[in-house]
Amino acid sequence: MTATALTATDLCCRRGDRWLFSGLSLGLARGQALHVLGPNGLGKSSLMRMLAGLLPPSPDPVSGITGAIAWDGPLALMDERHGLDLGQPLGAALAFWARVDGPVPDEAINGLGLANLLDVPVRYLSTGQKKRAALARLIGQNAPNWLLDEPLNGLDVAACAMVERMIARHCAGGGACIIASHQSLGIPGLTRLDLAEYAL
Amino acid sequence: MKGAALLAILRRDLRLLLLGSGGGGGIMLPILFFLAVAIIFPFAVGPDPKLLARVGGGVIWLAALLAAILPLDRLIEPDREAGLFEQWALRGISEEVIVALRLLAHWLSFAPPLMLATLPAAALLGLDARTITLVELGLLAGTPGLAAVGVAVATITAGLKGGAALAGLLFIPLCVPLLIFGAGALAIGGESGLALAGAASLVLVALTPFAGAAALRAGR
Repeated sequence: MTATALTATDLCCRRGDRWLFSGLSLGLARGQALHVLGPNGLGKSSLMRMLAGLLPPSPDPVSGITGAIAWDGPLALMDERHGLDLGQPLGAALAFWARVDGPVPDEAINGLGLANLLDVPVRYLSTGQKKRAALARLIGQNAPNWLLDEPLNGLDVAACAMVERMIARHCAGGGACIIASHQSLGIPGLTRLDLAEYAL
Repeated sequence: MKGAALLAILRRDLRLLLLGSGGGGGIMLPILFFLAVAIIFPFAVGPDPKLLARVGGGVIWLAALLAAILPLDRLIEPDREAGLFEQWALRGISEEVIVALRLLAHWLSFAPPLMLATLPAAALLGLDARTITLVELGLLAGTPGLAAVGVAVATITAGLKGGAALAGLLFIPLCVPLLIFGAGALAIGGESGLALAGAASLVLVALTPFAGAAALRAGR
């Protein structure tokens, strides 16, 4: 029997006057990776933010039940906001999170190709480099549960493969991971969730 | 771990508000603006020493209030934009604590330099020692309130289009009680004005973490 990392039931999402999805229940075991797919504008990012606890679930349009989300253990989120000080050199920006979370391992910095960027202010990094920096911050957080919203956006082919390996290693080490992406992912044992099935 | 994290956040906030973020902002600009207002005032009303000595205390208060508007747009918005508040929320650090830390850092970065800059400003306006003492004590009592209103307004307007202009517009009327009590202490010459400014500050400081946290959550 595998331990559960996440149990979420009856999630509905309404943004303004628009219903995005309803009746979404999902569970995630330790060591499992889940790929949430679906076309743009279907609510992938909203689902991720909801799972992260940043957006409260909306009550069901029919039954009025509000869904529940339960994580086992801490949770790390990476989305389009990198969470790093734009004006600081990358090294200093990561050092701040190291004081909050604990240090980023050197092999992660090297593996992400950030070692020679540590003196560069974050605002001068390219989109892909900022993404890698955000991944370094995510790794430093050392959380068993990862939520990655479009982790491959802006990354080159080599970096995409590296992120896929990173996710596979995280899951092999007993971590759980949910990835929202419209791109296909090469991760062994990946389960899929098509958000279009729950769309309203 | 939690305490170390909060200390790291406070240190970061302080450094950012004092020195600015990579060449932008910092506390120098508002302080220079404060001095500039005090310097140009005699040009506008004439160099009559008696007049300046009489209204100078109020001028310093007004300059302080205007200078307090300048940091508003970089108090909250850059960190909201970069997603830092969300990352802190994910780590289980409540928004109330984050806003309280930001308020403390804002006051520490703003009030001491302002009170220091009040001395040359007072000299330029030719204030006597008693008035200078009353202005400094008033600022000590009133600046926590100014900082609290500033943080609350900055969280409420963060993420809005034209938020900076709106923040300035919201800030001024909310600071009127502080101005009345703080600058009023000069006219009446009483401790009651200082006490009331301090009391208004305490109320604002107590309310701001909750108002700011609610604004941050609503803005997600």
